[in-house]
Amino acid sequence: MASTIRVRAIANGDTTEVQALIQHPMDSGFVKDAQGAVIPAHFIQQLSFEHNGKRVFLADWGPAVAKDPYVKFAFKGAAKGDELKISWVDNKGASDSTTAKIQ
Amino acid sequence: MNFSIEKFSATRRLVLQGTGAVALFGLGGLAAPPARAAANDKYPEEAFKLKTDKDAIQALYGRTAEASDKVKLDAPEIAENGAVVPISVTTTLENVTSISFLVTGNPNALAASYAIPEGTVPGVANRLKMQQTSNVIAIVDAGGKLYSATKEVKVTVGGCGG
Repeated sequence: MASTIRVRAIANGDTTEVQALIQHPMDSGFVKDAQGAVIPAHFIQQLSFEHNGKRVFLADWGPAVAKDPYVKFAFKGAAKGDELKISWVDNKGASDSTTAKIQ
Repeated sequence: MNFSIEKFSATRRLVLQGTGAVALFGLGGLAAPPARAAANDKYPEEAFKLKTDKDAIQALYGRTAEASDKVKLDAPEIAENGAVVPISVTTTLENVTSISFLVTGNPNALAASYAIPEGTVPGVANRLKMQQTSNVIAIVDAGGKLYSATKEVKVTVGGCGG
């Protein structure tokens, strides 16, 4: 199955800029469907980025993060060709992970 | 798979912190659970359920924030679509360990909280939902103190009520 995670990590000198886009409904639990029934909350709770076994970024998300969430950050100490491991888990216990090469 | 690793490291962290607490207070009594979710890897479930920004900040950090011009919050003046509001923060502060975003007009104020380990640049860009015109607050935890920046974003179409 295609990964839900799309990542671009670009090293520029010592700093690596990471952009990630994840496919997820991020239902808040406040929205009703066409029949008036509440769509239950379904959102990513934690998103983690690891480089060489060290966590470089951790996101704790609530349902107020927009659908198909996007996040951008930068960290130091990585080189081109290194691997960046990304994983998320949502409030229903579903999860996904992928590994991206730093460009 | 992955999550079990997450869980494991979170547990290990708790255990380590527990050990630290025991070491600090001698061996008397049980090690108290770590006080603040923001300080470890555990998902701060309770903080996300609180309605007001004040309560959420208190639950997350246990302190209050002071406004600082060293926290640069970038958000649109007017968001045409409240379902996708691009918001980012950068800061010149040092020793940043955590950055959080709160939206005062949402049913639950806390939107996102990010752990910034050493070596990570203190800045985040993300996209949040906003139910109505309200303030967006960015909180930066730097060297154990909380700093904030606030900006009002006008929302023409809310992003929470469908």
